[in-house]
Amino acid sequence: MKSLDEFVELFAEQFEETDASEITAATVFHDLEEWSSLIGLSVVAMVDEEFEVALKGDDLKNSVTVEDLYNTVIAKV
Amino acid sequence: MAFLDFKDVRIAGVSAGVPNRIASNLHPTADDKISSDYSPEEYVKTTGVKERRSSDALTTADLGYYAAERLIADLGWEKNEIEALIFVSQSHDYILPATACILQDRLGLNKECYAFDGSIGCSGWVYGLSTAASLLGEGKMKKVLLICGDAKKRFRIPGSLLRDPLFGCAATATAIEYAKGEAGIQCHFGTDGSGFDAIIIPDGGSRSPINPHSLDFEDVEGKQMCRMETRMKGVDVFSFGITTAPKSVRKCAEHFGFDYLDADYFIFHQANMKMNNMIAKKLKLPEEKVPSCMYCFGNTSSASIPLTIVSELRGKCENGKQFICCGFGVGLSWGTIRFTSNNMIVSDLVEVDDSQADKKHVV
Repeated sequence: MKSLDEFVELFAEQFEETDASEITAATVFHDLEEWSSLIGLSVVAMVDEEFEVALKGDDLKNSVTVEDLYNTVIAKV
Repeated sequence: MAFLDFKDVRIAGVSAGVPNRIASNLHPTADDKISSDYSPEEYVKTTGVKERRSSDALTTADLGYYAAERLIADLGWEKNEIEALIFVSQSHDYILPATACILQDRLGLNKECYAFDGSIGCSGWVYGLSTAASLLGEGKMKKVLLICGDAKKRFRIPGSLLRDPLFGCAATATAIEYAKGEAGIQCHFGTDGSGFDAIIIPDGGSRSPINPHSLDFEDVEGKQMCRMETRMKGVDVFSFGITTAPKSVRKCAEHFGFDYLDADYFIFHQANMKMNNMIAKKLKLPEEKVPSCMYCFGNTSSASIPLTIVSELRGKCENGKQFICCGFGVGLSWGTIRFTSNNMIVSDLVEVDDSQADKKHVV
């Protein structure tokens, strides 16, 4: 099982313009300037590949921080 | 388990009809719903749809009619040999009667004809094909026509209800016939109706009939939409597509004991580029085996698989090529089929003008 730190790193890789150093477990990701529905799809694809978990739109919507999303993913593994 | 194996049947031919009008996503008009978040170039890059065909006059039945006429001529079939006509679409000409009945008359098929509509979307071609194949056999029918696709004339309210730049209009005709000794078609199907609202038009059916508020706008995930428009939970559909399509291909291969990587062509429903790239990547498919037509035609619902054959493979796929085709989407519904071409006729793309809309079957 991947750790929270690994998840944060994978999450940050989905962004093109946002520097990885700007993204931590506590980041409120919906507030990031680059966050968009398309980045959301990249995150869903990453979670599918790395965790074999199928996220739903509500999972993204209801997660505030990157750590929240990690916990949602872990609960579905 | 929803596996089916139809021996002694063959896909005799495929054709596709599209409106002759091109709507460009690089040069959107006031009629196109392009989000202000993206430039037209960015939209094309991320969705993979540069342009699509559009018409306010032609219905699925119009496009399907011309595709069928071309295919019947190219095959050299006699119309009175066609014993069944299946029309699969989610844009029927009327709530009732069935569009297949209208097409029987318009095509001039024999009245001794089995005809009905199937209502299913992006998985429509694989569903329709399996239904058509099930009618064929010794002591059963010999020649069946499947018409499927989507071309939706829209409600028009000035300044609103714009065209969605992801979707294009197209309808296709597929001829399936009994042919003793053919390896036939192997299929896997699945359904998950718990996702019924992942893609839905809320009003206009029996559950929520059209009413004075059906055209009122409401906020749907930040977009203003009325209840007669198709609404989609984009993330849910994406997640469904990238997990279900590869699984269905693998299940079909496991059940029927073949290595899917041996196939010559993998044709997936043309959903959007991001989803289709992900599906191909998960199955480790080489790019040259995965043709796509969404760049020029967009997402064309149940027409997308046969339209890809017509637009991308004509002249190189007619003989001895093994196909794996997977449709998935609204329902949620999915299906995978495998077949090998044997003297399959692939007609030239049929372009239809607005003036060619049906004038006889109008009330």
